[in-house]
Amino acid sequence: MAAEQAKVDPMHQFTIEPLAGSGGWELAGYNIAFTNSALWMLITTVVLFLFVLGGMKRELVPGRWQMTVETFTGFIDNMLEANIGKAGRKYVPYVFSLFMFILFANILGLLPLGVIGLHPFTFTSHFTVTGVLAIISFSIVLLVGFWKHGLHFFSLFVPHGTPLPMIPIIAPIEFISFMVRPFSLGLRLFVAMMAGHVLLEVLSSFVIDGTNAGALWGSVVGLPSFILMVGICALELLVAGIQAYVFALLTSLYINDAENLH
Amino acid sequence: MEMEAAKLIGAGLAAIGAGMAAIGVGNVFGSFLESALRNPGAADGQQGRLFIGFAAAELLGLLAFVVAMILIFVA
Repeated sequence: MAAEQAKVDPMHQFTIEPLAGSGGWELAGYNIAFTNSALWMLITTVVLFLFVLGGMKRELVPGRWQMTVETFTGFIDNMLEANIGKAGRKYVPYVFSLFMFILFANILGLLPLGVIGLHPFTFTSHFTVTGVLAIISFSIVLLVGFWKHGLHFFSLFVPHGTPLPMIPIIAPIEFISFMVRPFSLGLRLFVAMMAGHVLLEVLSSFVIDGTNAGALWGSVVGLPSFILMVGICALELLVAGIQAYVFALLTSLYINDAENLH
Repeated sequence: MEMEAAKLIGAGLAAIGAGMAAIGVGNVFGSFLESALRNPGAADGQQGRLFIGFAAAELLGLLAFVVAMILIFVA
């Protein structure tokens, strides 16, 4: 940021822009430009692929890499078994991909690559991306529920032992809370990531403007802000992990509803 | 009152919601820790529920943030 620019725009980091002249690409009337968001999704996928590939050697005595990958798969496996039961095993591929994709996206977006001039882009800070992930999870719940239980799936809206006069009140509430799920699932990840990045940007603007205003303001405002920023960065790494975990956990809980009803 | 001023005041008021969510999240983890120290053996089995409670409490604070963002940038 140049000194003459009075204000750092904290929202600028979320701009989606077409890369390398792909802005005009069209398919059936829709713009399919290769954006920085798409680029980072691709990078995330490649990094995730290489990470898992490194642990696929299936050695009898696992090395460090294989151990790391197996810790993650075992973690997801345990989570699904605890929440869904034996039937949960068949969702391990989906929930594992979901968890790792979100985790890698969050962490790659936090990398301090700005130091060498690259601009990491956290695509999980866009509701379009998280919303689609949430809709995929929700569709799986609907498909599994109707496939397995047929129209009996609607008994999800009437918990066991509800007194008869209460049903007209309980059922709409359960229905609304069910339909809100994909929305809240996507919104949580998107807002948590966006809020963290805005916070970092605002703090960085304190550091930059404070230091530009002279040595006194630099030491009074700039330095404490910088120290706080380091702390917030650590917190953001924690949030990146927790949000990926919460997304996978809630997905598995929702699948549990579809698999076992109430 | 001017429209712009009202929006900014509303966005500031939405920060109360973020503070309330902070109380909620603190309550979730505080209560968990309190009871986990009483019965450490049962604590690990409840971690899933801990994070469900955390997610539910946090979501409401994030909604307050969304309200603020909508007031500033969209409305």
